[in-house]
Amino acid sequence: MAKRIEVSGLHAYYGGTLAIEDISMTIEPRSVTAFIGPSGCGKSTFLRTLNRMHEVIPGARVEGKVLLDDDDLYGPSVDPVAVRRTVGMVFQRPNPFPTMSIYDNVAAGLKLNGVRGKSRLDDIVEEALRDANLWNEVNDRLDKPGAGLSGGQQQRLCIARAIAVQPQVLLMDEPCSALDPISTLAIEDLIAKLKNQFTIVIVTHNMQQAARVSDRTAFFNIAGTGKPGKLIEIDDTSKIFTKPEVQATEDYITGRFG
Amino acid sequence: MTSETGVETHAEARTAARRRAMRPTSTGRVGDRIFASAARGSGILVLAIIVAIGVFLIVKAIPALQKNQANFLTSEVWDPNAVPPKFGIAQLAFGTVMSSLLAMLIATPVAVGIALFIGFYAPKRLSGVLGYVVDLLAAVPSIVYGLWGVAVLVPHMDGISRFLNTVLGWIPLFGGDSPGKSSIFTASVVLAIMILPIISSLSREVFLQVPRSHLEASLALGATRWEMVRMSVLPYGRSGVVGASMLGLGRAMGETIAVAMVLTLVPGINIHILENGGATFASNIVNGFNEASETGRGALIASGLVLFVITLVVNMAARAIVARRKEFA
Repeated sequence: MAKRIEVSGLHAYYGGTLAIEDISMTIEPRSVTAFIGPSGCGKSTFLRTLNRMHEVIPGARVEGKVLLDDDDLYGPSVDPVAVRRTVGMVFQRPNPFPTMSIYDNVAAGLKLNGVRGKSRLDDIVEEALRDANLWNEVNDRLDKPGAGLSGGQQQRLCIARAIAVQPQVLLMDEPCSALDPISTLAIEDLIAKLKNQFTIVIVTHNMQQAARVSDRTAFFNIAGTGKPGKLIEIDDTSKIFTKPEVQATEDYITGRFG
Repeated sequence: MTSETGVETHAEARTAARRRAMRPTSTGRVGDRIFASAARGSGILVLAIIVAIGVFLIVKAIPALQKNQANFLTSEVWDPNAVPPKFGIAQLAFGTVMSSLLAMLIATPVAVGIALFIGFYAPKRLSGVLGYVVDLLAAVPSIVYGLWGVAVLVPHMDGISRFLNTVLGWIPLFGGDSPGKSSIFTASVVLAIMILPIISSLSREVFLQVPRSHLEASLALGATRWEMVRMSVLPYGRSGVVGASMLGLGRAMGETIAVAMVLTLVPGINIHILENGGATFASNIVNGFNEASETGRGALIASGLVLFVITLVVNMAARAIVARRKEFA
């Protein structure tokens, strides 16, 4: 259920602007990899190239290779829709389908994948909600609108929705930045649990969070406004936060800039 | 002018500016009061106009209604200029409701299709042009649609009517022995084309407002474009589309010239909408007003009152539908 991601020589553009330049890294299965760096350094853009969400923005394109185990996500015959069914994503702001019930939100991806049959759907929905640590809070109101939940619950609902389809990889784009500390803690506990099943990549602005949840940390930086973002270094989280190789990383994590 | 005086004037101007800057609270209050009363006045004016229209219609209609020898609501006869006058609105109500409902049913799916195509399928450059053209269509005067309907559409409706009659004749609505060109169905098609731009332009506005995060939610789950439209766009826009089509319905009901030009007057309700004949409130008024007697005018105004009420009901129903959807929006 978890695959290795290998990125080599990846460039991403918005129209004529180069947003991230020449990124190569390997992301191990069943681990949490955190992306940190100042705003505008391209970490979210890079995350979105990993499930081909980058290109839904008009004029955006990608060059380079992203291998999921041995399959190139950007191969000529690859359907981006199929990629997104394998690589799930959780966004910065919780975005449950506002017109759907809690149940239907979780079942949405399953229905796209052609899962039919009420009892089968019931089972998977319950399992996903349990895995997302949300079942106990919502099992008596599965037919109520998902938008009626609190922000933290909505975000866990979105995680349940993403993991219900059993993706190979789970991408999280600042999943806690719109949440209070208690909800953040709930999500972090959840990440620690989910990494036993999935390959998790998380973008975060919160360095303590990166230190708490991740096994590996990648630091991105930008040389100046208008310059493309670059990967500065990627290493074990403990090493990045104690003795990073590059001076810029140390400056960033010690709060000297960014 | 010396530079010294120049400096002085400048300083004076600055003091004056400062003095003005110290007054904004008081001028602001006066401005606020003026604006508030202007706004309140406009609001009251709208209500007053609606009430005045209602009162005018009722006052003018009562004498004619008192002389009426037929049942105003159920009679299919419209003969208010005769002595004694006989008139009822059954045929007009049937023609109005049937033609506008049909127009709405024809126009809404097409309009939503256009809006979706412009919003989510067309290449960027084409979608800009198309959106502009649709908005332009909304500005074409109705007399032009009426002329076009009579000159271009009516001659071609013969075949279509016959075809529908043959294929769908088992449905009473499309039944009948002599499908014609100047039928309620033809009027509906003209009306549908007339209300198409407004429905599609409003639907497009609604679809454009679908938050990017909703679209990305479905895309990230691996939705195709159509699945994204179904999961994120249509649910979000549904109440807006309902509102837009109801607005179209209201327009179709009040539309006069185009319908009057298309329809031929055959008295009586004919459920076979492919056959010639039919009349609507508006077409009946425009056809009869000039030659009407005093009572005849009163009768037409009474029918106008009914149209007024029906339109109000349609609008309230539209609002109720929109409000009921709010629970999930």
